[in-house]
Amino acid sequence: MTAVLTQPRPIRLKGRSYLALTLTPELPFEDWLVRLDDLAGRSAGFFLRRPVVLDVEGLEIDRAQLRDLVGKLGTRNVRIMGIEGARPSMLGADLPPAMSGGKATGDIEEPAAAPAKEAPAPAPVESAAEMPAAPLPTTGAPTSLVVTQPVRSGQSLFSEGDITILGSVASGAEVIAGGSIHIYGTLRGRAMAGTLGNAAARIFCRKLEAEMVAIDGFYKTAEDLEPGLRGKPAQFWLEGETFTAGSIA
Amino acid sequence: MGKVIVVTSGKGGVGKTTSSAALGAALAQNGDKVVVVDFDVGLRNLDLVMGAERRVVYDLVNVIQGEAKLTQALIRDKRLESLYLLPASQTRDKDNLTAEGVEKVVGALRTHFDWVICDSPAGIERGATLAMRHADVAIVVTNPEVSSVRDSDRIIGLLDSKTAKAEAGERIEKHLLLTRYDPARAERGDMLKVDDVLEILSIPLLGIIPESMDVLRASNIGSPVTLADERSAPAIAYFDAVRRLRGESIPVTIPGEKRGFFGKFFGRKAA
Repeated sequence: MTAVLTQPRPIRLKGRSYLALTLTPELPFEDWLVRLDDLAGRSAGFFLRRPVVLDVEGLEIDRAQLRDLVGKLGTRNVRIMGIEGARPSMLGADLPPAMSGGKATGDIEEPAAAPAKEAPAPAPVESAAEMPAAPLPTTGAPTSLVVTQPVRSGQSLFSEGDITILGSVASGAEVIAGGSIHIYGTLRGRAMAGTLGNAAARIFCRKLEAEMVAIDGFYKTAEDLEPGLRGKPAQFWLEGETFTAGSIA
Repeated sequence: MGKVIVVTSGKGGVGKTTSSAALGAALAQNGDKVVVVDFDVGLRNLDLVMGAERRVVYDLVNVIQGEAKLTQALIRDKRLESLYLLPASQTRDKDNLTAEGVEKVVGALRTHFDWVICDSPAGIERGATLAMRHADVAIVVTNPEVSSVRDSDRIIGLLDSKTAKAEAGERIEKHLLLTRYDPARAERGDMLKVDDVLEILSIPLLGIIPESMDVLRASNIGSPVTLADERSAPAIAYFDAVRRLRGESIPVTIPGEKRGFFGKFFGRKAA
């Protein structure tokens, strides 16, 4: 860290969720790829320009097999944006990153075969553009999450609504909420509230030892936190674009 | 049906193997049938600590791969006839452990022994997750310093999510064993306090083992510390831990905080 910060404007970290198509390959991959080719043949360009997540949960495969499968999908113009359910040892810099915490939505309809037949030869990009937009997840009231156990190091919690934790959040754990975060124990890890663009969200904790806190993309690391609040009950909120910390009276 | 205990920590060098051997021997001294299983395939140590390194013929990997019967691989301790060791392989690597193989071996051991103690390798990879997989009880070995405590916290998270019990919706019983506790350093304040560790990890305390030359001496002569010198401070602490493991309720004493005769006695032993 030799660069000198001349501009005090911090970088904003925001969360955003997208709908991705999930492929669940089955062993043996050769047979599964034949079925995939059959689907792709009936609806040319189905996978083009779509974010696709590969779900390999429960498959007894190694890294070489996984890399081979991603390569074979690549030659079919299926670009994998992330891999779910893989052991960390199976992934690496040459493979798409691990994804977790996905929520199922309805099945994405495979398109009718007819339009693909009308435009047989090389117009896959256009046929992809004609495709109906993927159905959006139903937007009801965001669900809140109540956790009665301590959040351990390495764990990551996410809820679109509020998160209430009765225990502590360990160093190296993170809690990410679309709404507010309430921690009745000690906050030693990271807490990010209002990540889906909710500037009114707040973070509360009974004892502050946090590594990082963030609301709607504005954040403070442990070094920037008011030293007077360390070890005490504290709350964080946004006043306009000012990240504010205070004690809980 | 016996109880399966995993001795785990995340971090290396905190005293998992020493504690596995000491607790195993202490449990067997009451006449219970005990087997200590080394899951550290490729870096086995338990055979040395238990003084059985010259008697290893077959190992855990041989049994899993069907090259040997379980009874052929088990080594009976020369001092305690109800104490057995199932050694790890030194020449293979952890990929030779399969989920089905481990399940079969642990299942078979459970029917023959009162206690099955699984000595986990360090880390959170395959060897460690397979060692904890079928456990009923976990003993989390932690040193009173920040990196060990955070790694233990990570392991507790895995115990609550990746074990067979957790996946079946049950809770795995977890105990904290605080090892290498140095009263002199605690007094100077260069070690985490017992209360701080307990507050961070929030699992019940099984015992505090003082840092002691007796532990090193015992492992050098290939004997669990509870067999080498039953009167030493670490041995007494392990015996107390075993009584708590059996469900007895006895208060935990923090080494160095007791003044008077015992304080001096412990202080000299720890020097």
